[in-house]
Amino acid sequence: MSAKKLQYERPVIQKLNVGLMNKFGTRTEYTPLTHIDGNSVKDLLGKFGSPLFVISERTLRRTFREANRSFKTRYPKVQFAWSYKTNYMNAVCNAFHQEGSWAEVVSGFEYQKALNNGVPGNKIIFNGPDKTEAELKVAIANNSMIHIDHLDELYLIKEIAVESNKKPRVAIRVNMDTGVYPMWDRFGFNYENGQAWDAINKIMLNDKMELVGLHSHIGTFMLTPSAYGMAASKLSHLALEIKKKYKKNIQYIDMGGGFASKNTLKGSYLQGIDASPTFDQFAESICTAILNAGFTETDLPLLILETGRALIDESGYLLGTVVSNKRLSDGRRATILDFGVNILFTSFWYDHKISPAQEFSQYTEDAVLYGPLCMNIDVIRENITLPPLKRDDHVVVHSVGAYNMTQWMQFIALRPAIVMIDMEGNSHIIRKRETLDSIEKDEIVPKYLKDFKL
Amino acid sequence: MKLKKNLALSDSGFVFDPSTGDSFSTNPIGLEIIRMLKEGKNANDIKNHVTKTYMTDDASFEKDYYDFVNMLTKHNLVEGGEKEKN
Amino acid sequence: MVKKKKINIAVTGLNAIDSPGPGVPVIRALRDSKLFDVRIIGLSYESLEPGIYMHDIVDKTYQIPLPSAGKATLMERLKYINSIEKLDVIIPNFDAELFNFIKLADTLKKELKINVFLPTLEQFEERHKSNLPEFGKKHKIKIPHSKLIFNIKEIPSLRNEFTYPVVVKGKFYDASIAYSPEQVATYFNKISAKWGLPVIIQEFLHGQEVNVTAIGDGKGNTIGAVPMRKQYITDKGKAWSGISIDDKNLMNMTRKLIKSTKWRGGMELEIIKTSEGDYYLIEINPRFPAWVYLAVGCGQNHPEALVRLALGQKVEPFKKYDIGKLFVRYSWDMIVELDEFEKISTLGEL
Repeated sequence: MSAKKLQYERPVIQKLNVGLMNKFGTRTEYTPLTHIDGNSVKDLLGKFGSPLFVISERTLRRTFREANRSFKTRYPKVQFAWSYKTNYMNAVCNAFHQEGSWAEVVSGFEYQKALNNGVPGNKIIFNGPDKTEAELKVAIANNSMIHIDHLDELYLIKEIAVESNKKPRVAIRVNMDTGVYPMWDRFGFNYENGQAWDAINKIMLNDKMELVGLHSHIGTFMLTPSAYGMAASKLSHLALEIKKKYKKNIQYIDMGGGFASKNTLKGSYLQGIDASPTFDQFAESICTAILNAGFTETDLPLLILETGRALIDESGYLLGTVVSNKRLSDGRRATILDFGVNILFTSFWYDHKISPAQEFSQYTEDAVLYGPLCMNIDVIRENITLPPLKRDDHVVVHSVGAYNMTQWMQFIALRPAIVMIDMEGNSHIIRKRETLDSIEKDEIVPKYLKDFKL
Repeated sequence: MKLKKNLALSDSGFVFDPSTGDSFSTNPIGLEIIRMLKEGKNANDIKNHVTKTYMTDDASFEKDYYDFVNMLTKHNLVEGGEKEKN
Repeated sequence: MVKKKKINIAVTGLNAIDSPGPGVPVIRALRDSKLFDVRIIGLSYESLEPGIYMHDIVDKTYQIPLPSAGKATLMERLKYINSIEKLDVIIPNFDAELFNFIKLADTLKKELKINVFLPTLEQFEERHKSNLPEFGKKHKIKIPHSKLIFNIKEIPSLRNEFTYPVVVKGKFYDASIAYSPEQVATYFNKISAKWGLPVIIQEFLHGQEVNVTAIGDGKGNTIGAVPMRKQYITDKGKAWSGISIDDKNLMNMTRKLIKSTKWRGGMELEIIKTSEGDYYLIEINPRFPAWVYLAVGCGQNHPEALVRLALGQKVEPFKKYDIGKLFVRYSWDMIVELDEFEKISTLGEL
């Protein structure tokens, strides 16, 4: 046959609901994303299988440099520490270490990871409420910065210090009211009720430990830069009080993390990309507060930042494939994808931006996006406007770099591969797709349960 | 299956049901199918036409066709709401 | 006779319904202009906004994406509209869309040569209901005593700061009067479920509500201000009729507020005048109110002044306004052909 056939699109019909908002101009949401850093989505999925996590090294480094510049142009001494829990793929951690980041860890497991990656012990910050005695001993031997969360830990460190004859470098974590809700008062020592000052005195009046820093971490996905300014003022105030009473300069103030990324929180009216503050705004608030606190120029403490989410979220993509379309009893379109909440944990709190990976006409349908799990909670987007997708079409989820590759679950399905696209556009597999063996290799079946007859 | 006779269609894909006052929007292929249904074409005629004109196959289109027809029924655009007999 | 300057102005808020948007009155004001010969481009969100079908008011309408679609999407659509209409000025009239337009202001000017005259992001943020107590402190304006509460456990201790009744308000909308802690709890649950936290507890003031429509030049000058007292209120709390009043204190308060904030653009102040003669600021709306045409009727064309400011012209402040002029709103059933509804619904243009 000679006549060329036309591109097919599934027939759709939608009621024009009076009072319902229009679709005009909404094309950015479903503008197809066919390539990531020069690699076609189709080829990537063909080569590495579907679903697939992709990390853009270009975006990662660009974002880091932007954040670094925002702070360094406003404050003389700035140090980032990569928050391992946000994404501890070694390739990702090392990219940040190459950019000059120290490591910030919250468990013995993460601590070992940082050491194995080659981070010197004295450039590891050890946070978190649960550090075992054995872990603390290693951290003290390595001269790491230990951020004390509670009094039991403080006394344990003191004991180890006496035994080991080493002087641990410690900081305390301070929680405080910065006008944001909820107030994170479960970690560290409270500022307003004097707990923090009390803990500082306990350390300062005992020469077994060296108080090197003050740390706070006021919340997560913070949209108000001014709250950081308030926290920075309160920490500065403590540092100046220490100077006054003990004639000692605190080496650093660690503002923790929590900067919002460009994702859109569920229930938020504005798009995250419009509503989230820029690094400049956070930097302005924090740096101004410390600079105006009353330090002399030589006494200005090092400013440490443990930003995770805002540095890595946008670098990550999740690519996947349409499994099927169906119609729900109320007439809504449901599209089933080959990835679910098991690997896209953040879909519990974000309305992730999802784009088709191939061209479409301007017609759209409202749909629910489901994952492949046989579980009712497996919903990726409760409501999204997309062109009519068909089986085997591809989609791309944006901004998934933070927390998904650490909080994902091996549940029902195996976890997919992760690929990093380097600065030149070459793809490197940085974590292999799991196999049955990766899950079963640590399992032991007692001998008497090996055989059965059916 | 019979569509309501008085449905008003326009080239922009606007569909108006005068008996209920409801209006709808459909894409070009949807409009084509509605027009053929109005002309009294049956499922086979439509399938042949679409698979000849567009890059799709019998099985894929059949699935989409029945979904579309279900939506027409759901939207109350079908005469008496009765199912088509093949 | 001076020849009027031809100008293309896009206006949102065409929902001239029972809780009306300010678009149609703003356009009427512009059409009354002695300086401009306006072509009006309506920007609508829904297919049934009455302004779309008022062809002697709006020359052409385009649907634009919902504010929740984000500013990039809005920019795309405005680029398209501008490619056809060559817009000189855009006047956004909805609170919810202002955030995006404020963020786009520079880009609109640079890339499309479109002028807006809007509050700064800082002005827009600091006048939010939940920031009002801070705002009052900063600009030395009386605000009813208020407290933000996040938790139902905070209710019993309210009696240390308030005497009942109190007003329980949502972050964005809703307000109820509570006469007891139990009622506060009920409203707290209702309002927080709908609008999120915090919930605002506000001192209940006995007095008369008065409103001002005003415009500031961004340098601290009040270009125009007309105060009004509502005479008849609909069940949605909207003024159906109002009268311009002579109140020097109210005018002073308005000028002081605009001077202190360096307010840029149109605004509406909602104020309570207590029986003791004190003035308390209840709310600032960062745009013209739907009754802005009363200002025109009183001799102050605020929308025209806004267009001139947007174009970078020097505007002298209005010196007087007519006192005792009324507005009485009315509704009107238009007859609309189906093909018009079809066009705006399917093509997004009419």
